Amino acid sequence: MAYGTELGRVRGLGSAKEGAHHWWQQRLTAGANLFLMLWFFLAILRLPAYDYDTVHTWLSSSWAAIPMMLLIVSVFYHFRLGLQVVIEDYAHAESRVLAMVALNFFTVVTAGIAIFAILKVAFTATTGVPHA
Amino acid sequence: MTVSILHRVTGSGMATVGTLVMVWWLAAISGGAESYATFHHVFGEFAGGALGYLFGIGLTLSFFQHMATGIRHFVMDTGAGYELKRNKSGALATMVFSVAATAVVWVYLLGVK
Repeated sequence: MAYGTELGRVRGLGSAKEGAHHWWQQRLTAGANLFLMLWFFLAILRLPAYDYDTVHTWLSSSWAAIPMMLLIVSVFYHFRLGLQVVIEDYAHAESRVLAMVALNFFTVVTAGIAIFAILKVAFTATTGVPHA
Repeated sequence: MTVSILHRVTGSGMATVGTLVMVWWLAAISGGAESYATFHHVFGEFAGGALGYLFGIGLTLSFFQHMATGIRHFVMDTGAGYELKRNKSGALATMVFSVAATAVVWVYLLGVK
């Protein structure tokens, strides 16, 4: 029952040409998420208050905007992979295709809004230095 | 078994509810003071901040549970921790950790701060 060559099996290249890729990407993003989410919790807990000025000033700093964007990319990619597994377990035939399309749209749209929001805050922040 | 289901439930919950709250929060900050006020009202003031506690504590607990079972997955990926006794105590430890970590965060937020 050995399909393909030994080398192909070692590389995990079945007829789908991937498979280990999904597994590995999920672990990679999981590791990144661990650090990014712990940073996020500490950053939020360290804020002196949660009013608009405090939160806006915090997010306009590169020290918050950059990790926040990396967090969105890593976490959203991770949940996209995770929900794919859930869909593959519970949805079949047409509903599986529909669910996968919906998942991809959901991930890309929410990530797009989040990243745009972060960039907008970061790029429109005033430095406090008046223009010459 | 239980923590495996918990891993999936907390992951799916954060992926949907958590994503929407996170995106709304970021969009509200970028939308200006007025749009942030709406977000702040819904989670911080409406019904005494009940929604803030519900989503805040729920997502915190989900995160720490998913993180703990995720780290347990990393350990089991190496082929370790499959002995019945150790497997069970590891599973229990994830739940003890998630409840304790959630308590620490929210006691700090509400009491210490």
